[in-house]
Amino acid sequence: MSDVLLQVRDLSVIYKTDLETVHAVNGISFSLERGKTLGLVGETGAGKTTTALTLMRLLPERIGIVEQGEIEFEGQELLALPENEMREIRGEKIAMIFQDPMTSLNPVLTVGEQIGEALSLHNFSKKSKEEIEARVDEVLTLVGIPAGRKKDYPHQFSGGMKQRVVIAMALACEPDLLIADEPTTALDVTIQAQVLLMMRDLRDRLGTSMIMITHDLGVVAQTCDTVAVMYAGEIIEQGTLLDIFKGERHHPYTTGLFGSIPSLRGHSKRLSPIAGLMPDPTNLPDGCRFWPRCPHCTERCKTEHPGTYVDGTHQVCCHLFTEGGSK
Amino acid sequence: MYRYVIKRLLLMIPVVLGVSFVIFSILAMVPGDPASMILGAGVTQEEVDQLNHELGYDRPFLVRYFSYLYDAIFHFDFGTSYATRQEVFPEVMAKAPISFAIAMNAIIFAGVVGIPIGVLSAVKQYSLLDTIPTFIALFLAAAPAFWVGMLLMILFSLKLGWLPTGGVETWKGYVLPMLALGLMYAAQQLRFTRSSMLETIRQDYIRTARAKGAAERTVIWKHAMKNALMPVITIIGVNFGGLLGGAIVTETLFSIPGLGTYIVNGIKQKDVPVVMAGTMCLAVMFAGIMLCVDLLYAFVDPRIKAKYSGRRG
Repeated sequence: MSDVLLQVRDLSVIYKTDLETVHAVNGISFSLERGKTLGLVGETGAGKTTTALTLMRLLPERIGIVEQGEIEFEGQELLALPENEMREIRGEKIAMIFQDPMTSLNPVLTVGEQIGEALSLHNFSKKSKEEIEARVDEVLTLVGIPAGRKKDYPHQFSGGMKQRVVIAMALACEPDLLIADEPTTALDVTIQAQVLLMMRDLRDRLGTSMIMITHDLGVVAQTCDTVAVMYAGEIIEQGTLLDIFKGERHHPYTTGLFGSIPSLRGHSKRLSPIAGLMPDPTNLPDGCRFWPRCPHCTERCKTEHPGTYVDGTHQVCCHLFTEGGSK
Repeated sequence: MYRYVIKRLLLMIPVVLGVSFVIFSILAMVPGDPASMILGAGVTQEEVDQLNHELGYDRPFLVRYFSYLYDAIFHFDFGTSYATRQEVFPEVMAKAPISFAIAMNAIIFAGVVGIPIGVLSAVKQYSLLDTIPTFIALFLAAAPAFWVGMLLMILFSLKLGWLPTGGVETWKGYVLPMLALGLMYAAQQLRFTRSSMLETIRQDYIRTARAKGAAERTVIWKHAMKNALMPVITIIGVNFGGLLGGAIVTETLFSIPGLGTYIVNGIKQKDVPVVMAGTMCLAVMFAGIMLCVDLLYAFVDPRIKAKYSGRRG
């Protein structure tokens, strides 16, 4: 049974300043089922974090503008909610783990205060102070930090411990949706594995849905059920983990991403990275956004935006597979 | 923490000794001698020498310095004014509280007015609540305190007759100097708070707080305020130092018998004991204020507190 928690339709976000307009997200659609994990993959600047901030409605004021689209979360249209109702969703139903644990914690408040705040802000069942404190102890233990350290300040923790605190903060209210924005990029490899394992464990235990934003395909393989590959603000390929990792047909960009990872088993001597750079989001190319870097580029790609090739759960947005360029 | 305070208090001793030596040397290097300043023109060299001898000014520099220090430390005797022959210590003790009170009033006024408005204009950046206060602050920061003081005097003393034009016999006398000095510093603190707050609200942890669902008011006052206050505390400390000794123009304008005027008159007449006692009193007050500022840091920022108490941080 498919129980859709989050449905995003045709979402476009721009950053508008006096000097330029950045087209950060351009008409993306995806959905996420309860208890599942979606991997949002792509290079830096592909629009992953913008997508996450839009879901939280935390785009920078005045500059970040949602041009079009719908975000349906548990049957509610998030983009239409007034700010005070959105506040009740933030932290309580959708929580976010931010990229950099070093700067994501307030240096002048104890970690206990910061975790407890999320609880007291959404205290509908009128828990007493002691109950909140007990819950703080509980989540800290859950992420593997001794409860006795809640009176400590962030500067007294190591990077990996800080990330655990950030995760504890996000999990404190047992959200329905957890958005993890590159939760492991700031950590070294051994801690990365620990944190990922812990997150997967917690997800399974609490039944939380997750959006895992990353540029690390290894992380995707370990944690995700479905994958969406983003390029220049568009989802150019999405499908189940199997579709992406084992499927026959791929967007040339996805193929390029996989070509950029060193393989221990293969005999290839050199990595084959994707030539060139991501297009300037203030001035995107016509047609397919990827054509300037695409090895299979045709004349049609330069003028006509590709439609979507659909094969069961697998969707690819490329002229190579579509007939006549329409859906 | 206590160890830190005691250490800092002990450190004040070399600071004050250093100040005393520097001031004493500068006074000795300035050409001229006290006797000719006091007696003025039309006296013979003998009379001048005679008076200098009575004042002990004919002895070598180092002898004068150490005998001054000896008397000050062991007999708590800071000498008598060359010009008025009055004991210096009671004079300074009478004037210091007045200067301190005026500086304190001005700083408190500046903080109470400048900091909240600075926060407001940062939070409402680019709105009228930002541009109007910022413009007024720019104007006030550029306006000299004596000029603002004169305008205030015209309005409140001459036109309305609410407040006296000078003197500090009643509390009313403190109001205009407080405003004249305070407005300028309020403007400075407004601008500092605004830029510090703007920087703070762009930090990641502010976004984290918003992501928890905190209301804007909680985000600003609970999460941003303490972090944004750090540079403001620094500037308050520095302002206070400036206010203690540098308010001479305002003191003169409102005819306030403060330390600033006292020291300047002392310098004019080469009245060594007066200048020495005055500046050393300022130095002690300033060092005390700086200690308070540093303790305030520790109160605001746990990272600094950890450093003071020598725990692992």
